Amino acid sequence: MDVNDSRSAVASPRQTDRFRQNLPSRYSRDRVFQASAWLATGIAVAVLVWLLLTILIDGVGTLNWTFITSYPSRKPEQAGILAALAGTLWVMVVVAAVTFPVGVGAGIYLEEFASDSWLTRLIEINISNLAGVPSIIYGLLGLAAFVRLMEPVTGGRSVLSGALTLTLLILPVVIVATREALRAVSNSIRLAGLALGATQWQVVWNHVLPIAFPGILTGVILALSRAIGETAPLIAIGALTFIPFLPEGLQSPFTVLPIQIYNWIGRPQDEFHAIAASGIIVLMAVLLLMNTLAIYLRNRFQKSL
Amino acid sequence: MTAELPGDIAPGSWHPNRDRARQVQTAVKVVCGTFAAVSILTTLGIVATLIFETIEFLQAVSLWQFLTDTKWTPLFASKQFGIFVLVSATVTISVISVLVALPLGLLAAICLSEYATPRVRRILKPVLEILAGIPTVVYGYFALLTVTPVLKTFIPELGRFNALSASLVLGIMITPMVASLSEDAISAVPRSLKDGAYALGSTKHETILSVVLPAALSGIVASLILAVSRAIGETMIVTLAAGANPTLGFNPLVPVMTMTAFIVQVSLGDAAVGTLEYKTIFAVGMTLFIMTLTLNGFSFWFVCRFREKYE
Repeated sequence: MDVNDSRSAVASPRQTDRFRQNLPSRYSRDRVFQASAWLATGIAVAVLVWLLLTILIDGVGTLNWTFITSYPSRKPEQAGILAALAGTLWVMVVVAAVTFPVGVGAGIYLEEFASDSWLTRLIEINISNLAGVPSIIYGLLGLAAFVRLMEPVTGGRSVLSGALTLTLLILPVVIVATREALRAVSNSIRLAGLALGATQWQVVWNHVLPIAFPGILTGVILALSRAIGETAPLIAIGALTFIPFLPEGLQSPFTVLPIQIYNWIGRPQDEFHAIAASGIIVLMAVLLLMNTLAIYLRNRFQKSL
Repeated sequence: MTAELPGDIAPGSWHPNRDRARQVQTAVKVVCGTFAAVSILTTLGIVATLIFETIEFLQAVSLWQFLTDTKWTPLFASKQFGIFVLVSATVTISVISVLVALPLGLLAAICLSEYATPRVRRILKPVLEILAGIPTVVYGYFALLTVTPVLKTFIPELGRFNALSASLVLGIMITPMVASLSEDAISAVPRSLKDGAYALGSTKHETILSVVLPAALSGIVASLILAVSRAIGETMIVTLAAGANPTLGFNPLVPVMTMTAFIVQVSLGDAAVGTLEYKTIFAVGMTLFIMTLTLNGFSFWFVCRFREKYE
């Protein structure tokens, strides 16, 4: 075999041999890589199963009707989550009532009305930035703005202050979801409406929104389910941890499920840890219910198109 | 053909009320525009609040003290305000959690986009979404009452509160975020690039490591930075599992106090307006805000600067 031949572009037989010899090790490395990819996914799933099982095992023993209909107590066997459940319900209704019009309105404005000006782009960058601000910072804003500055309106550390703080927290999520739902509506519908002499708003209200509505609703429900699980911003605005009564109005002091759970986890006695797990089961059941609703709406939406 | 016209309106007598339509349009535009401006107001509110209270704080405590003190004891009689005590805890926890989340999330993303069949993918993606949707207080329970006792069997000197358990659980919490964002970046790599690598005789992992990942690098780095930013701002896991003991240093086996945990500690104690404690949580919040804003801005810049565009 000539030296010149081995330098040519065509591989010499010896090189081909070496290439072949290499193949088994390359394939085995391939298998190791594939296995580690599956392992990583498996670990994530296993931790999820571990977490859910732990909480079920810890909490199911103390989960009963008395637990759901009792007020918090110093004695773990008498403590319940009624006040927290009612507080969560109150806060969620207010959050939904404020977030829905404001978030959807802002989404409609940005997607349908706004021209491509520097102001629009500023708002867009700003919204993506807000989505990255830690939730506890929103709590500090709520503390300064709603609890202190607007105390005559909100009544201090009240349902209204908590709800407004959570509204600001989830607004970016709702706006982005609204815009995506609107963008999915075919442009020909808008053009047809405009060609018939309708104003932009008439087109949006009568034609675009009905089609986009299930998508928007899904986004809003998912955002609300995020708000339900939030603890830190409400602790920062000073939602109380011990509330042995139901909220009576928007200006009433309140507590919510995650804060009640946090309070129980933080105590040293094991009995309180068990009822914390029971509280978590209730919280997760509420979340599961909302997510199922969102998935149901999304599937119906996908079928109708 | 009058029969086709609605009701008893005579043909030609109906005109759309264009003036009213236009007025409604303007009104709706103004209202929706105001709603969109709420987001700007939120940002201004956050910045104004933090700056205002931080300036008040800096009148009582000098910036030099804030940056160089080696102890954090604002609630004691002899007050010291070394923010780096809290920052060191936050950094320790974030680094460990990202060391967990990066390999797990990236490999999970590769698994979902390259190895899983569409059917398995349809099951796995919602499972990861559940992991991402679990409230943080639940992770806190898991870290404090389940993971810490398990870790204690391996490391007996581990305290009831420690940074390690909080970081590991926090890492699991941000894994779905890394996985989902990295998967988006990996899916955006065009098929032709992969086919080219296969045509040259690469095996699957060679294609992934030397073609797919470099092409998706900007998205992966962005997901990593966002994960760090998320870890820095996370509150409930670290408050519950890492303790409330301000310690300067990077030892994950001892109880520490992060910036977020301090804010929670003071908030639970009901600090009155105008007191130094009240101002301190805003100064700490300012530090936290600057750190996450810098990271988010960097990630934004990185994607704009290094994104590979494929037609």
